[in-house]
Amino acid sequence: MDELDTRLLLISPDDNIAVLRANVRAGEALRIGDAEYALGMHAGYGHKIAVRPIAAGETVLKYGAPIGSATRDIAVGDYVHIHNMQSDYIPTYTIDGENAYLKQRRAD
Amino acid sequence: MRGYLRSDGRKGIRNVIVVAYLVECAHHVAREIALPFRRDGVHVIGFPGCFPNDYADDMMRRLCTHPNVGGAMLVSLGCESFDRSGLLAHVQASDRPAHLAVIQEVGGTARAIAEGQAWIEATLKDLRETPAVDMGVDELVVGTICGGSDATSGLTANPAMGRAFDLLIADGGAGIFEETGELIGCEHYMADRAVTPALADEIIRCVGKAGDYYQTMGHASISPGNADGGLTTIEEKSMGAYAKSGSSPISGLLKPGDRPPAGGLYLLDMVPDGEPRFGYPSMNDNQEVAELIACGAQVVLFSTGRGSVVGSAISPVIKVCANPDTYRRMADDMDVDAGRILDGEASLDEVGREIYDLIQAVGRGGQTCSEALGHQEFILTYKSFEPIGPSCLPLAS
Repeated sequence: MDELDTRLLLISPDDNIAVLRANVRAGEALRIGDAEYALGMHAGYGHKIAVRPIAAGETVLKYGAPIGSATRDIAVGDYVHIHNMQSDYIPTYTIDGENAYLKQRRAD
Repeated sequence: MRGYLRSDGRKGIRNVIVVAYLVECAHHVAREIALPFRRDGVHVIGFPGCFPNDYADDMMRRLCTHPNVGGAMLVSLGCESFDRSGLLAHVQASDRPAHLAVIQEVGGTARAIAEGQAWIEATLKDLRETPAVDMGVDELVVGTICGGSDATSGLTANPAMGRAFDLLIADGGAGIFEETGELIGCEHYMADRAVTPALADEIIRCVGKAGDYYQTMGHASISPGNADGGLTTIEEKSMGAYAKSGSSPISGLLKPGDRPPAGGLYLLDMVPDGEPRFGYPSMNDNQEVAELIACGAQVVLFSTGRGSVVGSAISPVIKVCANPDTYRRMADDMDVDAGRILDGEASLDEVGREIYDLIQAVGRGGQTCSEALGHQEFILTYKSFEPIGPSCLPLAS
């Protein structure tokens, strides 16, 4: 990654996501490579932003290791969370509006 | 460091009296016995079940003869199935003062409390005379756990604890990391670090067992708080948790209560063997802490992003806070501010060294935050295990 916003942390050079080091509001721009990307929604530090395009079904890499796969196409600059990726092992259980576990159960 | 030398050659960094209830029906009496002495190193532990369980029996024996324990007061109702005389004999055989009060035999609640308190008072006086001897880092067993994790845990506190583990193990100490259900996805990385191919196979097998167990339970070991904190999948949580292990070779695989035979890095398999029978592998973080302590850990490193406050009975818990905002909100509960790494104010190596120095300061008697706040969490529930095989501890002979 040639140029990366200082608010983003690329843990391994192989990763296709970077981790936010600070809270970023919707609409704020993050520099990734040659371009700036406005964030579609508020995201807190520790959350993930795509730094490479990730096609649906493609592996998401953090620490240089697979942490799940994309459930839809993810563009550079997109927020990456349980709405667009899933475990390749066991579903995640959450109790908020985005209930990945129940959604997955219903889909099964 | 200064330690209390025990008859089995191990040394403790604390000289605790445990008051152990042997069924939930004796819990109140045990709590009342300990209450006046709660600031004098008298800790309540116990097993709530009325029905026999080999794992619970073994855990109680190992905990009551833990190097940090100087004596044990056992409290039985009388009609439960726990092998109270076996436990009493086991503690006595270790040259520790031990006493058994059976509530039904001594004549009820008030008499049992009076008898227990009188014994504690006399024993505390004796324990003050316990001589302390020199103790090296190579005589330490340190456990690590993460609880209330968020995405910062795997970026700051866990890798910093991994650095502290590298320093400890280089100096001859033993480190134990655990929760194979939170290592799903890392099994092949771990297998590559095993000291023998047979141990590598055991590691892959035990993570597979954890995966099957959580699959049966319906979801992985990842909670709503984890997701709010930026974690998506068990694999992502695992990679962050895995960083706690540092970079040393993996010398062995333990089950709860197994002691590291020498210095080095060990993985603790806490997922029961056989068909899932008694519910979740560990119902909360405190059960994992108790299992690390049963393996002989005199100190436990606990990383947290969301902000766990727990300590433990028997062994001091050092809380390493991963998240800078959590640290600012809950500083009184946190021993180490690893969130400085995220803010760019400290390096992983610096915080790792700070944690390693703190382990030794706690070994010299320094109080952790959770000790100062009086935390003595403890839980023990039903489980069942097969013994580990010879390939799990290849360096033991």
